[in-house]
Amino acid sequence: MATSLLPRNLSDNGAVIERHWQELSSRRRLYSWLGFGILFLALSGSLWFANDSNAGKFFDRLPHFFDFVGDLAPRDGLEIFRAMFDLPSPYDDGSFKYNYPDGRLYLTDGFYIPEYVHKMLETVNIAIFSTIIGTALGFVLCFFAARNLMPNPWIRGTVRRIMEILRAFPEVVIAGFFLAILSLGPIPAIAAVSIHTVGALGKLFYEVVENADMKPDEGLRAAGGNWIERVWFGMVPQVLPNFTSYFLLRLEINVRASTIIGAVGGGGIGELLRLSIGQGHQAKTLAIVILLFATIFAVDQFSAWLRRRLVGEQAFQLAQ
Amino acid sequence: MTTTTRLSPMEMDAIAARHPELLKSSTSKRVRTATIAGGIVAYLIFSWWFFSIGQVLGNANWGIAGTYLADWVSYEVRPEIHIASDRTMSLNYQRNSPLGPNPDPDWVELDKETVTRRVEIPALTTQAARPRASSSFSFMAPGSALGGTTTAEAQNRVETRTEEVLTRVVVTYDRSTRIEIADSLVKATHGGETLVMAVDGADRVMPQGTLPTWATQKRPGEKMVLAFGATGWAEVEGDEVSVRNRFFGWANFLFDTNSPFFGKSYGEVASLIISGKRIDPARSNLSLAWNNILYNAEWQHLDVWTKLLQTVVMAFVGTLFASLIAFPLCFLAARNITPSFMTNQLVKRFFDFLRSVDMFIWALFFTRAFGPGPLAGISAIFFTDTGTLGKLYSEALENIDDKQREGVKSVGAAPLAVQRFGVLPQVLPVFASQALYFWESNTRSATIIGAVGAGGIGLKLWEAMRTNSDWENVAYMVLLILLVVFIFDSISNACRSRLMGRRAH
Repeated sequence: MATSLLPRNLSDNGAVIERHWQELSSRRRLYSWLGFGILFLALSGSLWFANDSNAGKFFDRLPHFFDFVGDLAPRDGLEIFRAMFDLPSPYDDGSFKYNYPDGRLYLTDGFYIPEYVHKMLETVNIAIFSTIIGTALGFVLCFFAARNLMPNPWIRGTVRRIMEILRAFPEVVIAGFFLAILSLGPIPAIAAVSIHTVGALGKLFYEVVENADMKPDEGLRAAGGNWIERVWFGMVPQVLPNFTSYFLLRLEINVRASTIIGAVGGGGIGELLRLSIGQGHQAKTLAIVILLFATIFAVDQFSAWLRRRLVGEQAFQLAQ
Repeated sequence: MTTTTRLSPMEMDAIAARHPELLKSSTSKRVRTATIAGGIVAYLIFSWWFFSIGQVLGNANWGIAGTYLADWVSYEVRPEIHIASDRTMSLNYQRNSPLGPNPDPDWVELDKETVTRRVEIPALTTQAARPRASSSFSFMAPGSALGGTTTAEAQNRVETRTEEVLTRVVVTYDRSTRIEIADSLVKATHGGETLVMAVDGADRVMPQGTLPTWATQKRPGEKMVLAFGATGWAEVEGDEVSVRNRFFGWANFLFDTNSPFFGKSYGEVASLIISGKRIDPARSNLSLAWNNILYNAEWQHLDVWTKLLQTVVMAFVGTLFASLIAFPLCFLAARNITPSFMTNQLVKRFFDFLRSVDMFIWALFFTRAFGPGPLAGISAIFFTDTGTLGKLYSEALENIDDKQREGVKSVGAAPLAVQRFGVLPQVLPVFASQALYFWESNTRSATIIGAVGAGGIGLKLWEAMRTNSDWENVAYMVLLILLVVFIFDSISNACRSRLMGRRAH
């Protein structure tokens, strides 16, 4: 570079500009370091607090970090297979640990569904059922929350606030409340997951509606269509692929959610997993984990494939 | 341009007839729509049967649902009036009454009288003395022996006592609702109707006249339930009237009944704190008041706040560590950065594994490793989100614009400098925005994994719900959670829209 051609001494204007630039960059550096410092303080404070209020201390328990891997080693490889398909175990000593055939659900005299498959189906069913219910309600609500279809700010604001509350309300509480009224079973889980789904999908839906093309709507309005006709013929056909894509995305999330809710008292596979881990049943735990892993993976892959077909790559942008 | 084309209806029909495919959807499309709709309906019917929803909803105790919901924002005070057979009465409050140890509310009016009367000593005393006598006497016929001795002893054990009794009790719920008890007559008034019931001091309740809609009695003579709507209810039995008077609000939210500040107005408390004499000589009134609030036995403010902070910390630390680990790994997973197919696939499948095992399973495992507490929650969030963020980050990397990178590479920069100046400036805002989004969404998930023992407010919420009597505490915690979630929602939204521009959603 031709550095030697540059003037050695700057003019007054040049010096001012250079000084400003130096000030700006040093201030910027200061803010960055300040930001990092605050983050670091927050992190170390959080870690200290978490360690302090935990039952076991981090460094005491660190050697046991991968204990669960040892806890999971079954007596032989085939045990997992037996646990998953309810086959009798050679180690059966009358305890709960190896009583695999007890959970069989007989459909006919000779044909049975293994317990874990049955419970897994129940969990998946909870997810599908509540996603459908939630989608239906979110579908109805979202048109009232979209700015382009609902000019009245009061109705729009109310519907949006309702959705926000439904979305942020802890699912555990809804499940616990219904558990207190209804008997034990999957319905508290269904209620909890569907209520959350209404809020979460309602928001995504009305954002889709607000980004929709308004030309069909204008056409319908010009031809004298009423509000319902405008929504049904002008809006629904263009937002339906996106809605379906969000429905599938929510289904993935809900399969996980219904497993967790199941563990805190809603039936399904989650409860069995919690019990089995708590009681240290290696083969049973592994069988359930493998089943869950396979199911979640399969649902994810299926939904990803279908979403890609429906709306293309756009379906994979950040949204939850 | 301005020529108007007017079609006669006949011509429109003719066009429609010539191009049916434009106005009618194809058969396959209609069949598909009908199949999907039919499938969904069939599935809903199947699920209705599979979960036996109709049956469960039918058996549900909906009456108690109203009470539980009302408990969220109100509390009951439960005076119980015991009626003796000689028409005198006595009054007790529930244990741990929200009104404190010796309540004297102004909505309960009492007429007292001091009487001297002959009292039978309760059968308890005579029976306590009995077993010794009978065991030495006979094993063969204890029943007959019991009958004989009890009467003999009871006759001997009548004492004369002087005590204060109640002759008339008036409970006022609100302006139109009150219950008056005097002379073995219970007079309940609600909404302009009055029901008079005669009680016999033992086990019979006889209503006089027809029952109003708010009173129910299953069989003649049995207990009467009076429902006064939101203001409370009452149960009338032959020897007892149980009053349930409901008040709006959270009882004893600041000071519990054991606190010296209990029952004082805000003004009184303030003046005590500012200029009052020291209640506890060892410390100032302010620190005593603050301590009493923190350790309120009913609301457990300190514990709730600590648990809430744990939840927040779990989400913060878990997400931060996850993004720190996912950051270097995602460069290995992106096929345009690391050209090795094997490495890409290996790292991507590792991300899939972490994600699919799921936060909840990780939480169960780490609760065993670390014991219950936030460390388990942090690890669970860390493991799951390393997978999720890694996947999202590597997708963001694969979508970058190659021009910048080529520009930096073309001037001969080292590989690390290419990443630093050619790649990072493009993806860093996306990375930060996604980390913020997950921080916020994890604050919500941390609540729920807490319920399986991974620390935070989840377990406390779950325990409060399991007792079925602390719904007001549940409401308090839910309110705090909603508050925290909304605050973080807006912080994270503000940060993200600054990072990404308006389009961040």
